[in-house]
Amino acid sequence: MLQYMLKRLGVAVLVALTVSLITFSMIYLSGDPAIALAGESATEEDISNIRKFYGYDRPIIIQYLDWLWRALQGDFGQSHYLKSSVAGVIFERLPTTMLLGACAISFALILSIPLGVLAAIRPNSLIDRFALTIAVIGQAMPSFWFALTLMLWFGITWRLLPITGSSSWANFVMPAIALGYYVTPGVMRLTRAGMLEVLASDYIRTARAKGLRPMPVLFKHALRNAILPVVSLAAVQFGFMLGGSIVIETIFAINGLGFLAWESIQRADLPVMQAIVLVLSVFYIALTFLSDMLNAFLDPRIRVR
Amino acid sequence: MSYKSSYLLAGAIATAIGLAVSPAQAGKSDDTLAWATDREVAVVDPYYNNTRELVVMGHLGWDSLLFRDIKTGEFKPLLATKWEWDGNKRIVVDLREGVKFHDGSDFDADDVVYTINHVSNKDSGVLSFKNVSWMKNAEKLGSHKVAINLHKPFPAALAFLSNVVFIMPSGHYDSAPTKADGKKDYGAVKAVGTGPYQFVEVKAGDYVLWKKNGNYFAGSPKGKPQIGNIKFRTIKEMNTQIAELLTGGLDWIWDVPKDQAERLKDGGKVTVENAKTMRVSYMAFDVHGRSGQEFFKNKKVREAVAHAVNRGSITKNLVGPASVVIPSACHPDQFGCAQDVPKWNYDPEKAKALLKEAGYPDGFEFDIYAYRQREYTEAVIGDLAKVGIKAKLNFMQYRALRDLVWKGKTPINHMTWGSNSIPDVSAITSHFFSGGRDDPAKDPEVIKALAEGDTATDPKVREAAYKKALTKISGELYWLPMFTYAKYYAWSNDLDFKTTPDEIPRFYTAKWK
Repeated sequence: MLQYMLKRLGVAVLVALTVSLITFSMIYLSGDPAIALAGESATEEDISNIRKFYGYDRPIIIQYLDWLWRALQGDFGQSHYLKSSVAGVIFERLPTTMLLGACAISFALILSIPLGVLAAIRPNSLIDRFALTIAVIGQAMPSFWFALTLMLWFGITWRLLPITGSSSWANFVMPAIALGYYVTPGVMRLTRAGMLEVLASDYIRTARAKGLRPMPVLFKHALRNAILPVVSLAAVQFGFMLGGSIVIETIFAINGLGFLAWESIQRADLPVMQAIVLVLSVFYIALTFLSDMLNAFLDPRIRVR
Repeated sequence: MSYKSSYLLAGAIATAIGLAVSPAQAGKSDDTLAWATDREVAVVDPYYNNTRELVVMGHLGWDSLLFRDIKTGEFKPLLATKWEWDGNKRIVVDLREGVKFHDGSDFDADDVVYTINHVSNKDSGVLSFKNVSWMKNAEKLGSHKVAINLHKPFPAALAFLSNVVFIMPSGHYDSAPTKADGKKDYGAVKAVGTGPYQFVEVKAGDYVLWKKNGNYFAGSPKGKPQIGNIKFRTIKEMNTQIAELLTGGLDWIWDVPKDQAERLKDGGKVTVENAKTMRVSYMAFDVHGRSGQEFFKNKKVREAVAHAVNRGSITKNLVGPASVVIPSACHPDQFGCAQDVPKWNYDPEKAKALLKEAGYPDGFEFDIYAYRQREYTEAVIGDLAKVGIKAKLNFMQYRALRDLVWKGKTPINHMTWGSNSIPDVSAITSHFFSGGRDDPAKDPEVIKALAEGDTATDPKVREAAYKKALTKISGELYWLPMFTYAKYYAWSNDLDFKTTPDEIPRFYTAKWK
């Protein structure tokens, strides 16, 4: 198990480094960051001053290694635009994104697991068709369109929920639904498939033959086994949500990490972009790593592959 | 659950939702004018944040020495009471007495000298250094009298002094924190000015709050501020901004797309207006064939393009009624922007004939580059297609495109320029045609005329020199000047607000109805 864990950890670190290197290179491919920092009305001289001031006149590899060395010591530098430490900016906004992600994944699980179970108990029934419809709509509908639709009805027409901000729990209702709904189909279909498989297994038949009531059979014996892959998927989807909240945070003007990422890309705030990519990739990699460990713990065959 | 408890639960949920959706701080009832754009504001200092938002806030929180009356173009006293040229490289300024900064300190000559000497120093890292680099230094002549020394004659000095040179208190930047690299972080100093609104707080990515300066000096041409608070909010998505405007979370927005603005206007719930701005659109030709696509070296081909593009239709159908077609490489409201220059009317048949004469009877294919308002460039592409020219659109971010323009890799680039709202031709034509990397032609005759216009102190000499340059630019079609930009504004029906043609909303003149 330890050997497997170390191997996975090594891969995770390499992935994080590769992601940061690719991001760093892509930033430069999209144009001179000094021009973006200087703004539209800047002169050639202004831009030249800025390039020198921020050290963009050095070779890219030197800039990357310099950044990496400082990042390893916990120093992500200063934001060119926000004029404060990158770590401070990120950790100020991370809780908002984490909260949004947690609300969204909770919504997704609360909606999808019961629907998946019901669909498995009554396969090909009306409820199964209903669940399938939810899944198809969830995967087909762009999240920004769904978000705007929610805003139109709940924010403008009925005025039940606030449209922007993050100051109260009500601010998170629409964003969490819009973000979480996209994850719902995958979790629901996995729950349904898992439950169908488990419900057809010998030990469930035995449990029923022993005279156990339907509910304990369903929840104590069937769901506990069927939900294991769902836990892994949910962990990975949570990581996806942290990175994928850019659109939702932008639409609902939530001042979180996704919004910060989008803004930093727009204004070529390299230190912030680099740090966000690293933080999000580390989160995603950590969740994937934990998911791998959980699976390896539950299924010993994985460790020896 | 009984019916009674169901009702109680429903009531509790409704109350909780009701509490949660109490409107944001905005509107007449809160005496807070909430406005939004899609940009995040973290640095509240007009020298260290060169976004349009800080141009607007600059005039709220700070005062300049002079005030330019937007209706008459006349310069009026603001922090200065009198000014006069001493030769052509020195301006002597008498300062207003009895003015206080927001921190309670008195305004005097030391503040002006400190500010100008700080910002005109290259090491201070002012972002738009061109706005201040024309000043050499300032010297104190008395407690309320200063002299501003220039590097060379700069006739547009008054326009710059009234628009972009804001006065900070003496020693303001001395408390700037030092960054990890040992450099001073001047943008991090808390905003203090003499303006009609006083800075309260900023939450980057969220809002910037200003409150009325109750001690704002009488006699300011800006007038006494009327509204209690002004709150800037960052809302990236235009649909969200509109939703907030309709539900009272915002009082003012701009840059509303034409179709949405027209729908809002028809709805009648808010006031919608299309107002002109100082920004112009232009197409720059690769007149020397540096891009490898040499079609536009031939003047007949440039003429064909000029006759093929229906600029009037673009302004009418896409930009808005306040937009006008321009013949010169500048904004008609800018000093020296001559209008009687060669003009190129929409005539597709003539365009086809010119192409035939140039040896392209069946047209040709080339790359066009753009970064802003894709639909405008697509309209251009549509017009060119009608005469047989196939333009392939390369739409990219500004920073990437400007890099390519500088490297001469764009056969045609469709760009815009806002001149920092400076009402003087030197802020645009001289910027683009004085031989620098932005200059597509590097025409010695144009360069010489612009240099004369930029340094002469006699307005008539300046106008004549600029006219000479602009006539050559339009005549040779180094640029095809396209149109002025116009913005759709939308604001609450409770708000008494007047738009201005320079893209600087004066919130300090706004009031509730």
